[in-house]
Amino acid sequence: MSSVALAWQQFRLERKLFWRNPSAAFFSFVLPLALLLLFASVYAGNDDLLEVLIPGIAGLSVMATTFNSMAFNLTFLREQGILKRLRGTPMPTVSYLAGFLGSAVLNAFVQVMLVVTIGHLLYGVSWPQDWGALVVFTGVGVIAFGSLGIALSHAIPNFDSAAAYVNAIFLPVMFVSGVFYSSEKLPPVLEGAAGALPLKHVIDGLSGAIVTGAGVADNVEALAVVILWGAAGMLLAVRGFRWE
Amino acid sequence: MGELAIEVSDLRKSYGSVEAIRGLSFEVERGQVFGLLGPNGAGKTTTVEILEGYRDRNGGHVRVLGHDPARRDRRLQERVGIVLQDSGFYPRLTVQEAVAHMGRAYPKPRDTDGTVGLVGLSDSANVRSNKLSGGQRRRLDLALALVGDPELVFLDEPTTGFDPAARREAWEVVRSLRDLGKTVLLTTHYLDEAQALADRVAIVKDGAIVAAGPPGELAPSSAGYRVSYLANGERVSHQTADPTDLLHRLTGDAIARGERLQGLEVARPTLEDVYLELTDVEDEPGA
Repeated sequence: MSSVALAWQQFRLERKLFWRNPSAAFFSFVLPLALLLLFASVYAGNDDLLEVLIPGIAGLSVMATTFNSMAFNLTFLREQGILKRLRGTPMPTVSYLAGFLGSAVLNAFVQVMLVVTIGHLLYGVSWPQDWGALVVFTGVGVIAFGSLGIALSHAIPNFDSAAAYVNAIFLPVMFVSGVFYSSEKLPPVLEGAAGALPLKHVIDGLSGAIVTGAGVADNVEALAVVILWGAAGMLLAVRGFRWE
Repeated sequence: MGELAIEVSDLRKSYGSVEAIRGLSFEVERGQVFGLLGPNGAGKTTTVEILEGYRDRNGGHVRVLGHDPARRDRRLQERVGIVLQDSGFYPRLTVQEAVAHMGRAYPKPRDTDGTVGLVGLSDSANVRSNKLSGGQRRRLDLALALVGDPELVFLDEPTTGFDPAARREAWEVVRSLRDLGKTVLLTTHYLDEAQALADRVAIVKDGAIVAAGPPGELAPSSAGYRVSYLANGERVSHQTADPTDLLHRLTGDAIARGERLQGLEVARPTLEDVYLELTDVEDEPGA
């Protein structure tokens, strides 16, 4: 079987495994949607707040489906010896990773579409003004958060502590990055921290795409920050990679 | 036949300043079940993992089916099956799904159901691997290693932690590998396992091989045959490298006295004698 066919087989396997693990599916899929419904019902009728919330939850979903799931899954696969076993077979590394990462990418795009659709149908937020920018910022967000999640997994000593490591990063980043409210309303220190981190910029890009119609060209700075994080993440992900 | 499946000469591996493997050499012929026997920490797993391509070596010549495993050539990996000491598989896949998935990575995989049957898991084919017992999980390991129809199978301590019944079952599977004509490299710290399964055994100590040969022929250097008999109700025992003369003398004397040699026993040195002598020398200087 060719490398491409094997990657496809691995992708299909990952999809099957994803749906067979209800708790993981819950945390990466249902939790962001539950937060969306909760906050949107509080904000109902206030278009300004809803127009912050929808791109915010979309950005949060990109992070949850890639950063969190990569860090959890790789820690698990490594601890269980599954990575080591695969390494001893003729399965090409590139096929394995393509299937594994492809599944997370699909989750991210499906989730962003769900958020956008719910925002439009239930809360009257307009359809995205710039679909291209939506795809670009989701895409670079996936790459940056996915590789940062892989890099983080190298630092997690065992699966039992994975939740603590992931949430120690995920929760503060979520609260400072303007998911539920504009980060401009935060104290300057936290606003500065948000400006240095990638999630705020993914959200800014998605906000431009969904709400204001600002395209990629209008958000070059945000794009650059996310790409820089992605480059750092990839470097760390590759250099520190451990099979066991 | 007679061709070599594995060649290792003067293998060296250090972890920092610790020399784990110090000039280890052995050869495995095709179709042979070869046992690397030694206490924990002797370097068995390090050696096997170098042969499997998981670890680099610091020195020495290694060939596995004609390839240098350090190159991690896919053409070699397609011909080798690996059962690691401790490795899981996706807990939410059934036995059948796991074997079928792994088989796709190989150019000429075995039939999935046949492979599941070979390791005796047909009744559990639709059970998810996290619901299997320890012994069943080990058989799944074996099925995953065999589904590519490998010429050479590495088994790293395949029965550690098994109860006696599960060990016997695992032994049957290893014997079935031999019947299929596979070459098997087995590591174990169980003497009876090496004796029961291996055509040849190499005893590893401190990263080097201290003795090698068919398990029945490995002779300890000092202790030889043990000849014993009862005299006045007490057992008298002699050690000798060659019992021929001793027996002739003992039986001749007894006949001359018109007596019988009660309870005469001639015991060949067991693998255990060899193993204990070779691996415990430093702990018991007087032994």
